Amino acid sequence: MSMAPQSPRSESVIEFRDVEYASGGRKILCALNLAINGGEILVLLGRSGSGKTTALKLVNRLLTVSRGEIRVDGRDVKDWDVIKLRRHIGYAIQDVGLFPHYTVERNIGLILSLERWDKEKIYARVQELLRLAGLNPDLAARYPNQLSGGQRQRVGVARALAADPPILLMDEPFGALDPLTRADLQREFLSLQRKLQKAVLFVTHDLHEALRLGSRIALLEAGKLVAVGSPEEFLGSSDPLVKKYVEAFGSLEEARGKK
Amino acid sequence: MNFWTFISQNRLEIADLTLEHLWMVGISTLLALVVGIPLGILISRRHALRKPVIAFANIVQTIPSLALFGFLLPAPWIGARATRLAILALMLYALLPLIRNTYAGITGVDRAVIQAARGMGLTEWQLLFKVQMPLAASVILAGVRVAIVISIGLATIAAAIGAGGLGELIFRGLAMVNNSVILAGAIPAALMALAADTLLGWLEKRFTPQRAD
Repeated sequence: MSMAPQSPRSESVIEFRDVEYASGGRKILCALNLAINGGEILVLLGRSGSGKTTALKLVNRLLTVSRGEIRVDGRDVKDWDVIKLRRHIGYAIQDVGLFPHYTVERNIGLILSLERWDKEKIYARVQELLRLAGLNPDLAARYPNQLSGGQRQRVGVARALAADPPILLMDEPFGALDPLTRADLQREFLSLQRKLQKAVLFVTHDLHEALRLGSRIALLEAGKLVAVGSPEEFLGSSDPLVKKYVEAFGSLEEARGKK
Repeated sequence: MNFWTFISQNRLEIADLTLEHLWMVGISTLLALVVGIPLGILISRRHALRKPVIAFANIVQTIPSLALFGFLLPAPWIGARATRLAILALMLYALLPLIRNTYAGITGVDRAVIQAARGMGLTEWQLLFKVQMPLAASVILAGVRVAIVISIGLATIAAAIGAGGLGELIFRGLAMVNNSVILAGAIPAALMALAADTLLGWLEKRFTPQRAD
């Protein structure tokens, strides 16, 4: 499969250059080259243990690259102040990780208050984000344990967007939701992205999710990048590993059909 | 002599000894908090230090209290006053539950919460004070509760080295073979322990974070 054509104007926001990550003598990622542009959702697809979550955590330096470099806005992440880097990047994960002792409002506004925004501005921004994430602004006073799974994940996304970062890292954010809620959130996320035009790096193992959300899909297998391309290119690929992945989901559909 | 008449005839002395007892327990607990909680935090971040620190606290705990009072007797400055000595010994005993519960409370915070907090750009101090400590508060308070209740009981033994407190009545009663005198020391100590337990239990509940169901 060929690389998807990149528009010459858009400069890549995140760039993996020959990235390798090893832990305990085991190579988890090797020779990864990948660029994510502003306004696109790049989906990192792969089975468990393929290294996709690792790749994500290298970007905001929850893990440190062993060899090669990752550039964010053209600058090696090692040269960034790590706190500045992380506040420049929104981060949403499957388990959400909302702060159980804070209300929804404080959860979303925490970074803003650490950035010393004044109270009225934070309040207004939180209200805006709640609406953006498809939540009733009345939920602001609730605690995370008073929310449904879908609401919690929406709060997680709102929190990631709080300081309007140009980059979003999303690690199977919709993975733990029921299929209907997941479909809702995927649809809303797409329309949100059309408005916000972030550079999104999205990790999932779900081919359908990848096809639905991805501007481009990158398949990882055992720490190596197998292929990158648009959803159409991906489905039409002749690469044996891509085919295998697509077929695994195809046979799932068949199995459903036979019932 | 009847228990009640002993109490009423000696109420001033009993009140004095109760205050002395409270003072020893209060100061030693404060010192233990100042030492134990930071140590608990430290070993939650530097895992290499965990074993030696916990081992030290464990060893202290296994020394019989009378022996510990004896060991500390030759120490300079500390050994000069029985109260100082008692306070130091009580502090050492209170360390283990404080260190262990601080460690358990911090390391018990949901990993997803920690990961999200780091990922969104909290500094390590912000992570500690805005997330880990508030979420560990109830577990730490449970440790404080255990430490204080143990301390109130142990402080009675401090009378053996002349540090005063309610233990004085207990030892006097033992020497006189007089149950009324023993009870005049034991009952206020027990009531004190119960009151501390109830108060801290209430605090602990208040600080229990809201949990996702």
